[in-house]
Amino acid sequence: MFSLVSFLPRAIVQGIPLLLGCVGETLNEKSGSLNLGIPGVMYVGGICGVIGAFMYENSGGPFNPVLGVIIPIITCMLGALIMGLIFCFLTVTLRANQNVTGLAMTTFGVGFGNFFGGSIIKLTGAEVPSITLTATSKAFKTALPFAGKAGAIGHLLFSYSFMTYVAIVIAVLTSYVLNKTRMGLELRAVGENPATADAAGINITRYKYFSICIGCMIAGLGGLFYVLDYANGVWSNDAFGDRGWLAIALVIFSIWRPNWAIWESILFGGLYILYLYIPTGSNFAMKEIYKMLPYLVTIIMLIAISLRNKHENQPPEALGLPYFREDR
Amino acid sequence: MDKKVKEPLIHITKRKMIPKKQEWAIRLGGILAALIFCAIITSVATHLNPFAVYAKMFEGSFGTERKLWALLKELGTLLLISVALAPAFKMKFWNLGGGGQVMAGVLAATAVMITMTDKLPNGAIILLSCLAALAAGALWAFIPAFCRAKWNTNETLFTLMMNYVATQIVAYYIIIWEHPKGSGKIGVINQTTHIGWLPQLGGNPYMLIVLVSIVVTIFMYIYLKYSKHGYELAVVGESENTARYVGINVGKVIIRTLILCGLICGLTGWLLVAGTDHTMTTTLEGGKGFLGVMVAWLAHFNPIGMILSGFLLCFMAKGGSEISMAFGLNRSYGDILTGIILFFVIGSEFFINYQIHFRKSHRKEAADV
Repeated sequence: MFSLVSFLPRAIVQGIPLLLGCVGETLNEKSGSLNLGIPGVMYVGGICGVIGAFMYENSGGPFNPVLGVIIPIITCMLGALIMGLIFCFLTVTLRANQNVTGLAMTTFGVGFGNFFGGSIIKLTGAEVPSITLTATSKAFKTALPFAGKAGAIGHLLFSYSFMTYVAIVIAVLTSYVLNKTRMGLELRAVGENPATADAAGINITRYKYFSICIGCMIAGLGGLFYVLDYANGVWSNDAFGDRGWLAIALVIFSIWRPNWAIWESILFGGLYILYLYIPTGSNFAMKEIYKMLPYLVTIIMLIAISLRNKHENQPPEALGLPYFREDR
Repeated sequence: MDKKVKEPLIHITKRKMIPKKQEWAIRLGGILAALIFCAIITSVATHLNPFAVYAKMFEGSFGTERKLWALLKELGTLLLISVALAPAFKMKFWNLGGGGQVMAGVLAATAVMITMTDKLPNGAIILLSCLAALAAGALWAFIPAFCRAKWNTNETLFTLMMNYVATQIVAYYIIIWEHPKGSGKIGVINQTTHIGWLPQLGGNPYMLIVLVSIVVTIFMYIYLKYSKHGYELAVVGESENTARYVGINVGKVIIRTLILCGLICGLTGWLLVAGTDHTMTTTLEGGKGFLGVMVAWLAHFNPIGMILSGFLLCFMAKGGSEISMAFGLNRSYGDILTGIILFFVIGSEFFINYQIHFRKSHRKEAADV
């Protein structure tokens, strides 16, 4: 009854938006910024991609799949970049409180997504409250040509759209940059102890701006993946749900390691859809309990890392604190 | 001596103190700038006259007595949550779990009202649901506080996660207790008998929650400003090491403060279920746990100031839903405006805390000499 071959791919596809959001948030947190605006950033990324795709699909010309993929990605990243810049400007330049700024960004981002989503829905005059971007979604879901011929293993490994692999590459690359390059070392120094990093001649502001903006753009791609790939190009308001917060939970669960997050995003994705595969019969209530699991395991993880108190598993030391050179 | 030292164009220093008047001038300036910015965005994005939009927002908040009471109910709820969060924030304990603590209270109150209706008299049910809600809210705040005090677990993330655990448990019980069967929701609890419902003061369903919020706000103002507890938590917030040095038991202060916070959140949940809404949904707190964070922070954790900042956000929310109806805009337009105003107000705090010095031109300095 329980088929791994059908379960695993769905868990992976479910997990990829979380993975992208998590990698973006990890980059933020490694620079010492607890960006609670990530759910908003993912919303904005998603809707900006939809706006780009919508304008291109309705521009009248013939549909070119390559452009159909590139345009939404560019608009998505631009939207997410602007959100990142707002966060940087307020928290780094103006030294505002990160939690408050982040929550305001989430309010703004979710409102922004739903407003423009609703506006486009009204433009199309559709009867159902959603936007459907079939051509763009088809371009996004192009799978490897030999996927169908390689049997169950091939199905497990190669049946995904290119964005899935891109997401995994981004996660591995981020992990490499963070841990194996000088840039990553300096970035981690900024997140651990900005005063020391400053004394060592590292430009704190530049590192924070870059890591937050790049992180936000990656997280924005998560929103884009959700709409154009997972949801088959159907945008409906609030459908993205609480995935942004799950991405933040995943950062903790992966102990700030993007390469671990790859596996754990699949686990989270699996937990998220587990109720579909567990024979509960007509007991819909249990479904809600299963949906709680990702948060519960995150809490357990959070307590466990604080209990073991191992130095390399702790959150960045300066997480959530603004840096002002003249402060003591 | 001729060596040129590169001097930055802008130099920022921290302000020591700023006159209250100037502080408020900066803050109002921020809000004004935000309103002008919103007006520009509105006329560009929707081609509407921004003044007509603002007029409609006023109408939506104060237009009729009913609308005014709806605004006051929202403000009362938000104020209760913000006031509950304030002492924790003052202690630098980032309790983002206000929403979850309210939902815990909601769940406990609903549980008593549904399961005990046939077994106890009305008065006992009201009392029991209140106590259950208080206990549940306190428990929801106690768990992260205990872990923080004991093992220094990151409370920001812990309380954040507790929100969703509470929401999912509520979702679970909504299906268990759904009424009528198959509707996927709990209708109005005890609709005909009104068992467990709080009495309406002065014939107005919202009067009670507004009064309670005022009382709690005043209590918190006194608690923070004049009590020993309030002083201790302020010391812990300034420096845990100092607190330890002067003999304050930091763990005890953290747990005690968070239990107080959870009690008020639980009380809010009880008032929502037994007093105004008489039902349980997963969105009953409506994101106020997060809004409360912003309200408390904008007011610098001063309970009286929270009335103002809470009012601003409630006005934006109510006004936003009014303009969406009046102009056929999406209901999320209010969220966008709220977000923009928040960005400006958050940004304006910088000019209160810091001072900017521009590089003086050297020619002028030479003339001075």
